[in-house]
Amino acid sequence: MDIQTHRGNVVMNTATMAYRNLLKTVHNPDRFMDVLVQPILFMVMFGYLFGGAIAGGVQAYLPTIVPGILIQTMLSAASGSGSQIREDLDSGVFDRFKSLPMAHIAPLAGQLFADSLRLLIATITSLATGYVMGWRPAAGFGWVVISGLLAIFTGWALSWIFALLGLLAKNATTVQSFSMITMLVLSFVSNAFIPIKSLAKPMQVVANLNPVTHVITAIRQMLATGSWTSEAVLVLVFGTGIVLIFAPLTVWAYNRNN
Amino acid sequence: MTQVQAIDVQHLTKKFDQKLVVDDVSFTVKQGEVFGLLGPNGAGKTTILRMMTTLLKATQGSVQIFGHDTVKEGRVARSLFGLTGQYASVDEDISARENLMIFSRLNGLSRTAAKARTTELLETFSLVESADKSLKNFSGGMRRRLDLAVSLITRPALIFLDEPTTGLDPRTRTQMWATIRDLVAQGSTIVLTTQYLDEADQLADRVAVIDHGKLVKIGTPTELKQQVGGTTLQFTVAQPAEVNPAIKLLADRLHAAVQHSGQRVSARLTAATQLAPVLTALQQAQISVSHLTVQEPSLDDVFMDLTVGKN
Repeated sequence: MDIQTHRGNVVMNTATMAYRNLLKTVHNPDRFMDVLVQPILFMVMFGYLFGGAIAGGVQAYLPTIVPGILIQTMLSAASGSGSQIREDLDSGVFDRFKSLPMAHIAPLAGQLFADSLRLLIATITSLATGYVMGWRPAAGFGWVVISGLLAIFTGWALSWIFALLGLLAKNATTVQSFSMITMLVLSFVSNAFIPIKSLAKPMQVVANLNPVTHVITAIRQMLATGSWTSEAVLVLVFGTGIVLIFAPLTVWAYNRNN
Repeated sequence: MTQVQAIDVQHLTKKFDQKLVVDDVSFTVKQGEVFGLLGPNGAGKTTILRMMTTLLKATQGSVQIFGHDTVKEGRVARSLFGLTGQYASVDEDISARENLMIFSRLNGLSRTAAKARTTELLETFSLVESADKSLKNFSGGMRRRLDLAVSLITRPALIFLDEPTTGLDPRTRTQMWATIRDLVAQGSTIVLTTQYLDEADQLADRVAVIDHGKLVKIGTPTELKQQVGGTTLQFTVAQPAEVNPAIKLLADRLHAAVQHSGQRVSARLTAATQLAPVLTALQQAQISVSHLTVQEPSLDDVFMDLTVGKN
């Protein structure tokens, strides 16, 4: 071999893979459509539909619904990573990645890091739509940024679960329909759009157990009080736990070779 | 000094659930040779290739690439070969240049080296003009060329090509063959799978015929063809009454079994020098012949002979 190669390390391989995924997205801006359209559509629709019924007015409803839509959008953006990975696997290009002498976590991690851009766009769109509708959080801009980052972290941690799903599922359609159902159940059986107290007792138990409820509570508390709460710490710990569990599982699934 | 084999496959077996897809296949590939895996669709060629390239775990058996076990030393083994898959395994959404850059970087080339190698490969594979266009507008041939270019980034000594010309038009296929011959001339070892017999005939030094997951035959194309038999002489006689005299004449002269169907008569030749006396004898016997052909056995005959009735 007369070409000088050095053993690529994990960080470099991941960076290259993230760059690849970013390029793919830049060449196909329609990949951003879901994270742009969905938050705007849901925020406007739900805000004006349910605002009066639930909170007595759109303005009064915004502090509830903005974090709700934000996390719902994170969920669906994270689930997009799963179907993307499945599509890549089916296209044959992963065969080539696998046959290269590089770290096996790199193609997966690269995908998920590049998808953080989708999460960022989804976050900005959600928060900006709220702002346009008149949402002015008491805690100020700094805390809006911090809650946005917490939301992105949550979405990123969740994307590892969907990545595993993408690797284990038979095809992209399975991943999509499963993700859709998960997204609907998790976001609606929570405090995202309604006060949990309004639910029947058994539903309240489920909604209180739902991790989405805790993330949304954490963000609402931060935006209302301008302080770091125990719920927020819980979200960070929980999210880190998900990554620590699901990243190795994902790599295991990737390496299965049937 | 014995040279290490490019590939050493021992008792390779693969089961999917209960189905035996590859059944105890063993062979070696010498350095610098072109080795063809030939077989009908679903024979297990690609499964064997996927096990050789570490993409699939064998149920039993082992594969060594230049002496390195593909399971125990997977990463070392992977650094020694390039793979071009059955379906173009390049990124559709990004340009040819970007593909080459990314795969160069993933292969561990520095940014400068990656740039230089990309330019070089774009030129070698006549992709310079389309380098920055989306792959969506690429023809099948361009895609294959890019795919091959990507496998050659590190100038691997061993190259796997899985059905390199499937789905290509004849002109592009010929171009691909020329490219493969260039690689051979530069000393690469090549393993290719194909269902086209003339492709194996054109390119391969040795061919392994795979059928139903088993290795049925291995040898040079010439050896395989000889096994089926020598050259065949065929002609049609003008009158039905001439069939029997023709058969007798051939049998006397060639000492070989003669077949006929209707007025068409055929017999095996063991040497080309037998042809002229036979033709002269036919003329002297005033047997008029037409549609005369002298045919070398093709790998098609080998293929049919070895896999007959099973598929």
